[in-house]
Amino acid sequence: MSSEAVAPHAEWGKPRHPAVLFLVHVAAILEMEARKLRKDPTELLMRGVQPALWLLVFGQAFSRFRVLPTGSVSYKAFLTPGILAQSITFISIFYGIAIIWERDMGLLQKVATTPIRKSALALGKMLSASIRSLGQAVIILVLALILQIHLHLGALSILGVLLMVILGGAFFSGLSMVIAAIVRTRERMMGIGQLITMPLFFSSNALYPMSVMPGWLKVIATINPMSYLVDGLRGLLIATPDTHFGLDVLVLVVAGLLMLALNTVLYPRILAG
Amino acid sequence: MDEVTVRVRDLAKRFGEVHAVQGVSFEVHAGECFGLLGPNGAGKSTTLKMLTTLLPRDGGTIEIAGVPLTGDVTRVRARIGYVPQMLSVDGSLTGYENLLIFAKLYGLRRGERERRIADILELVGLGEAADRLVKTYSGGMIRKLEIGQAILHQPRVLFLDEPTVGLDPVARKGVWEHIERLQQEQNMTILLTTHYMEEAESLCTRIAIMSRGRIAAVGTPAELRAQMGNPDASMDDVFAHFAGSFEHEEGGMKHVFRSRRTARRMG
Repeated sequence: MSSEAVAPHAEWGKPRHPAVLFLVHVAAILEMEARKLRKDPTELLMRGVQPALWLLVFGQAFSRFRVLPTGSVSYKAFLTPGILAQSITFISIFYGIAIIWERDMGLLQKVATTPIRKSALALGKMLSASIRSLGQAVIILVLALILQIHLHLGALSILGVLLMVILGGAFFSGLSMVIAAIVRTRERMMGIGQLITMPLFFSSNALYPMSVMPGWLKVIATINPMSYLVDGLRGLLIATPDTHFGLDVLVLVVAGLLMLALNTVLYPRILAG
Repeated sequence: MDEVTVRVRDLAKRFGEVHAVQGVSFEVHAGECFGLLGPNGAGKSTTLKMLTTLLPRDGGTIEIAGVPLTGDVTRVRARIGYVPQMLSVDGSLTGYENLLIFAKLYGLRRGERERRIADILELVGLGEAADRLVKTYSGGMIRKLEIGQAILHQPRVLFLDEPTVGLDPVARKGVWEHIERLQQEQNMTILLTTHYMEEAESLCTRIAIMSRGRIAAVGTPAELRAQMGNPDASMDDVFAHFAGSFEHEEGGMKHVFRSRRTARRMG
């Protein structure tokens, strides 16, 4: 142990540009999540069970009825993007619990005393949920291949799907973190998560096209961000004619930025416990 | 020793009607180990949270290594290391990974990062355990890793909040030796809070006894005894004399829950 190696007051080279530092910080938060997931992917695999049931049981059964106007594609193919969106939403909407957990442990306070900016921490956490969502997307798409569900899986379409998954995961985890900052405890966060997942799911176009919805539900589906995630994924994966990829991306980006801004403002609130 | 590393003037914090900290002023000199001693609810942790940028203050000024704590707090954050009372490492990562992530958060560049992590692992004696998951560490090992994590970026001052709470006597001794070495060999400036009298006496050059949000007395252990008028008094007597009774003002369920949970995790 040499004393100059750990002596205080040393200057570490030239300070970095704030924008570079911002990206380094976001990447460090992401790396923490990625390393944890790689060490213990059990949770990710367990989370694959529910969407598998939806595709295997619900999808199989409903495709026999042929009651829904899904055009030239099978109901299973129509359902797959919906289940992918559901899976992303459900995994992300509870992400706030992980934040409260880190707060209760003390880790979050420790991170908050490093030079990381509030916005970099919030963005890093939102994109960490995107990493988990990408894991879900891989599981569901592989499952769809095994079930021989006919999907468009060209290079461009896959890139588009990855973008939608990242945006969807970031937005819904951002929303979850906002709720976490407001309710502050894991129990309340759990309750609110349970309360909003099903209404989000059923008031979206995940299970049925908007065209079959009654007027009032159409209105709700139009303001439900999950509908845009489903619409974008469906357009890419089964090439439905009336999707709006540009609008879907725009809605999710704007909604995501709004959550980022809210989290940056609310962040001292979650720290305070 | 004359250089002032931490300068606090008239610090104040209110939670609703409760004045948690009022009119606290003190200075910590370079290379000194300064102890904030007091019963639960005396305002030690609140003071430390304000110094470490975690909590906004309601009044007073803070200056750390010549940088006033106003506006852009990242300048202060680059100059401080902080070991919270609660767990600040991630159990599902290895010791090395915990250091790596924080080296990145502190903005260390690639080359110096690896060198610095290796130095720290050696300094805190965790070289062998570096690639083990932290959840397999003992409480003492975790505390040492946390201290190492907090000095990665060579801070000007290290803040330790109740550094040995929940540790068994052997682990406590081990952590004390590390803190002493940091101070003596690295000339590290340290500010710690504690409610253990013997901890304050054996580690700290100077002690500030806090009571009900104020500083009741400041000085070396010998000076405090002299102020009390009894040079043979034990630190317990000194503490009782200045801090008054052990009655807790903000104790309560939440505090007990927190400290016991910390104890369980660390043990």
